[in-house]
Amino acid sequence: MDQLLQHGLNALILGGTYALLGIGLTLIFGIMRVVNFTHGELYSFGAYMMFMWVMFAGVNFFLALILAVVLGMMLGATLEFLLLRRLRGADIDTTMLVMIGAWIALQNMEQLTWSGVAKSIDTPFPSAPLVLGPVSVSWNRLFVFVVALGLIAASYALINRTRLGKAMRATFQDRETAALMGVEINFIHTATFALGSGLAAAAGALLGPVFVVYPTMGDLASLKAFAIVILGGLGSIPGATIGGFILAFMEELGAGYVSSGFRDGMGFLVIIVILLIKPTGLFAQKERIG
Amino acid sequence: MRFNARNLIFTALGAVLSASLLGTAAGAQDTIKIGVTQPLTGAFAASGNYVAQGAKIAEEEINKAGGVLGKKIQLIIEDNKSNPTEAVATAEKLIVKDKVPVMLGAWSSTLTLAVMPKLEEYKVPMLVETSSSGKITVSGNPYIFRISPTSEMEAKAFTPLVKTLGIKKADFLATNNDFGLGASKEFSEMAKREGVQVGVMETMDPKATDFSAQLAKIKASGSDTLFVTTAVEQITLILKQAKDQQVPQRIITTGGSNSPDQLIAQAGDAANGSYHLVFFTPWFPEAVKNPDVAKKFVALWNEKKHNVGGLTEGFRGWDGLYTIVEAIKAAGKPDAEAITKALWGVKVKGINGDIAFIKQGPAGKESAQNVPSVYLVKIEGGKVVRQ
Repeated sequence: MDQLLQHGLNALILGGTYALLGIGLTLIFGIMRVVNFTHGELYSFGAYMMFMWVMFAGVNFFLALILAVVLGMMLGATLEFLLLRRLRGADIDTTMLVMIGAWIALQNMEQLTWSGVAKSIDTPFPSAPLVLGPVSVSWNRLFVFVVALGLIAASYALINRTRLGKAMRATFQDRETAALMGVEINFIHTATFALGSGLAAAAGALLGPVFVVYPTMGDLASLKAFAIVILGGLGSIPGATIGGFILAFMEELGAGYVSSGFRDGMGFLVIIVILLIKPTGLFAQKERIG
Repeated sequence: MRFNARNLIFTALGAVLSASLLGTAAGAQDTIKIGVTQPLTGAFAASGNYVAQGAKIAEEEINKAGGVLGKKIQLIIEDNKSNPTEAVATAEKLIVKDKVPVMLGAWSSTLTLAVMPKLEEYKVPMLVETSSSGKITVSGNPYIFRISPTSEMEAKAFTPLVKTLGIKKADFLATNNDFGLGASKEFSEMAKREGVQVGVMETMDPKATDFSAQLAKIKASGSDTLFVTTAVEQITLILKQAKDQQVPQRIITTGGSNSPDQLIAQAGDAANGSYHLVFFTPWFPEAVKNPDVAKKFVALWNEKKHNVGGLTEGFRGWDGLYTIVEAIKAAGKPDAEAITKALWGVKVKGINGDIAFIKQGPAGKESAQNVPSVYLVKIEGGKVVRQ
């Protein structure tokens, strides 16, 4: 029983971070329909910015977190402005190839700048964990969980409850009509990509101190983010959130009770099963055809 | 005019090209090339870089002392990216393009096993400095010369410590590759022979960073000791996460790629109370077989301002290169076949101890295996202490 409780708590904490990874990508991949291979690189960029501010510049941990997210958004906006803006209207293959190129270039730049050796980031949290009866969790991870939930709620509100969110949804549903209605579609494109990138950088900046930071850390994160978005249904923030938690629970329980060697396989097995039953994902929005 | 300008560019290009070709040709005559394939990036980057740094220090020292056979040695270091496919590509490049007569590599067992068929294909020997999977020296590859201990040797060296530490029941957590699975097998068999009950045997993906599920299971197993086999990056995370989940077991890491100083620096007080099997003890160089060599290496390493956490890994590069150079000297020429023969006879005073090879594997196609020293250290209060 104690073991099950600990597994449950671990999965809950892990699920929060998976969900955060998922919602950033669902904005870009789901709403903008850009197959964004740089998502994992924005994740590791956030982690490296955290490392730079905390360990080199000696900036306060929480301030560094905000700086990392802002810089992530700026990098995202730059990518959109330099690459994607020129590709608007290009077919999906061209965009995908350019994004693969950007992914490799960004990863190699990180390798060149920081070398391949993993780095760790100091945190202000107590090193003794929070003990709740038979189970325990580190303060750092608890902090990540709470911030992740906050960011998910804020993103949901932004997309569904604000004028900006409405403009975003309108732009990617029908660009011409949105433009005719007076929506600044160039700004919306840049803003959406920057927002999604900022969320990826936030996930990296939050998880960098929990794990270690290294140039290829984004690859696995990117793979899981794609799986979560597809599982939850493209463009759905509740879908990505629930998808993140499903993946985390499957991995945790699969590793705990079936085989830890197939930990990553367990999550993907469930995704295959769900997609067989519901090919559009759990919470896909109705497509407007025409 | 434009035509002339283009001509000029072509002539200039031609001149540059032929100059660079001449340069390499001249270089080839002056130096003896030695190929190194290490994981400089990817999952094992820290360890691979340390080994490469150790080899470079040895290269400088050897060249300062006049090189070998009247020539300077030149290391050609390739990054195998912690990836077996890349490891094969680096070996092929080093042998075919750079024409190295001998190699040092490839750090992890999986990488070494991937490279091995290429050694047979091109008949070029490789000095194996880190890999510990038993498979490497028993598969009948006569171009393998291993100076690192096999997991079996490590387990044997550990045997008397079972009683000293009072181990009654042990769990195992290993990285899911040849290195981890091989070590789990050897250590669990050793444990059974010593009357220790074997609890859960868990694995983890070599790239994984979250071990919460495995640790929750281990926490509930009721054992007193957890044997962990992987490289320092994952060990760091395991120590931190084991502390977060209050895993009660004593943690012992095997394989010697645990860099205790790096663990102290990166895992902080989560490293306290953990035990580590290492093959070099830079904290007390007087305790090793050849303290003069060990002290010299530590001094040179610190002079370069390399990370002190890398000493336990970096020494492998030094020992490996000195063994190779000794064989080149004995062979009398930088020729793969002659070096292969000569390696069997070398006697080197290494940092780990006296290096010499015994035969392992099927008769007629034996691989060479050194019998190295193994030490157990413990981290206590942020310091490494002898056991």
